[in-house]
Amino acid sequence: MLTLSHYLILSLLLFSIGVAGVLTRRNIIVVLMSLELIFNSVNISLAAFSYYLHSLTGMVFVVFNITIAAAEVAVGLAILVCVYRRRRTTNVDELDELKG
Amino acid sequence: MTNLLNINYYAVAPELVLIGFAFLVLILDLLLKGRDKAVLGYVTAFGLLVSIPVSYFTNEPVSFSGMVAADSFSAFFNIVFCVAAFLTTLISMDYMKKAKADRGEYYYITLFAVIGMMLMASANDFVNLYAGLELMALSFYVLVAFKINDNKSVEGALKYFVLGALSSGILLYGISFLYGYAGSTNFAEIARAASAGSSQNMFLILGVCLTVAGFAFKVALFPFHLWSPDAYEGAPTPVTALLSVGSKAAAFAVFLRFFAGSLAVLQPHWAMLIWVFSAATMLYGSVVGVSQKNIVRMLAYSSIAHAGIILIGLLVTNDKGSSGVLYYLLVYAFMNIGAFSVITLFVRNNGKGANICDYKGLASKRPWLAFFMALFMVSLAGIPPTGGFTAKFFILASAVNSRYYLLAGIAVVSTVISLFFYAKVIFYMYMKEADDASVFTASPGAALYNVVIVISAVATVLIGIFPSVFMDMAVQAVKPLLM
Repeated sequence: MLTLSHYLILSLLLFSIGVAGVLTRRNIIVVLMSLELIFNSVNISLAAFSYYLHSLTGMVFVVFNITIAAAEVAVGLAILVCVYRRRRTTNVDELDELKG
Repeated sequence: MTNLLNINYYAVAPELVLIGFAFLVLILDLLLKGRDKAVLGYVTAFGLLVSIPVSYFTNEPVSFSGMVAADSFSAFFNIVFCVAAFLTTLISMDYMKKAKADRGEYYYITLFAVIGMMLMASANDFVNLYAGLELMALSFYVLVAFKINDNKSVEGALKYFVLGALSSGILLYGISFLYGYAGSTNFAEIARAASAGSSQNMFLILGVCLTVAGFAFKVALFPFHLWSPDAYEGAPTPVTALLSVGSKAAAFAVFLRFFAGSLAVLQPHWAMLIWVFSAATMLYGSVVGVSQKNIVRMLAYSSIAHAGIILIGLLVTNDKGSSGVLYYLLVYAFMNIGAFSVITLFVRNNGKGANICDYKGLASKRPWLAFFMALFMVSLAGIPPTGGFTAKFFILASAVNSRYYLLAGIAVVSTVISLFFYAKVIFYMYMKEADDASVFTASPGAALYNVVIVISAVATVLIGIFPSVFMDMAVQAVKPLLM
């Protein structure tokens, strides 16, 4: 029997993996993948709450999230392409022109 | 059914006007060729001007089944956004030519960013709020990267994007817990659940902490400020002006509506969190600002310190504190955009004009500009008779009234420290001689800069000399929040 806690633990695990990936990975493409994990963990948690609370708002929110996350990735990849054209690298540590 | 949904287009009239103008600019950009494109900036500015009276007369507190609250509170913020975007559009027309990034997209993406901010200010539901937040954030990622042939611009945009998306994720995760707690994403429903239930509910605590962290990113509070100096320095300077004023004001609008409005009953529980954020942000912003050589980076840290002081007004959950926040944001819009206009006028593609020492001897070459720059610095530092002083005064008075003595003391210390770097700019302008006066030659489009600088300076001084007029407006604006 799957309960609400199972889904919440799954979403917490995914969220933690995502945040850890964003903070520790040096390759920007892996960072973008970790960001997707975070958004999907939120979708799981919203959908689970929606199912167990018998309320539709959560489901609607999930659809909004998926749409917005797609737009977000499009913009992110576009910026990444710009950076790659200028610097020929996708490593975070080599992007060090701005500091102080 | 229509009654239940309560679809009311008057409630979103300011947004609709701007959407109309955004599409008009988009189509004109396709149709016009070559030099005719200069008209795009004026169309954008005109659209923003039209939106100001529309925002003023919009008053539909409950519409779209409670998702949109277009009350006097959102009207105040909408006007601040429109004025800020109007002024930055005027200075960006010449700047974009100078930076060789004169493309039509700039104007309608700016308009979409403003629409996102307006949606945030009138949002009364997390679904609506999140859509507005992302519309604003996505537009700003593009705007920061707008000089695509400049290493700093794209690098700043990438850093802003990664941390901004991370903060959206954290915010969303917090929203999902609040939804699980209240069974609804509506602010009013969450407020009802919070006042009825226990304050020790785990979902509620998680939800509040994560949403605070998400918004702290947007406002650039201390541990979450890392993106802001890099994005500010990399972005085209007019975009920096709009980013520092607009996105900050929009995030504070949400902060106020949700925390001071809906979660006011739980103030004793979240107050400690905000207290620590506020104190750390004020001290960090002013201390690190002292060591900056780049003037835009210095203003970035100054804006972090200002956010800490504005947060005090949020912490004091009464009409004095909340109206103080609105007043502060209004003054901040004018003085910050004024300072950034002077910088935009002088900054060159090769990096000249971006350092504080480049302003040596400005007073002997261009006395009026030096005077206005000094005025903006004095106002940012909080010295009378400027608006910056009265804004700080109202916030600190509300803190003392509500017995946050220590926090008010920290705010005063931070103001004194930050005086050092504002005074440094004035010192360089008035006390030193220029080594290379070629930086100060005017560009052909200088007339528009002068208009923006004079408007900002007059507004900064007027708000400082007649505070009661503007304070009454702010008090009227926060009435719907604190019923």
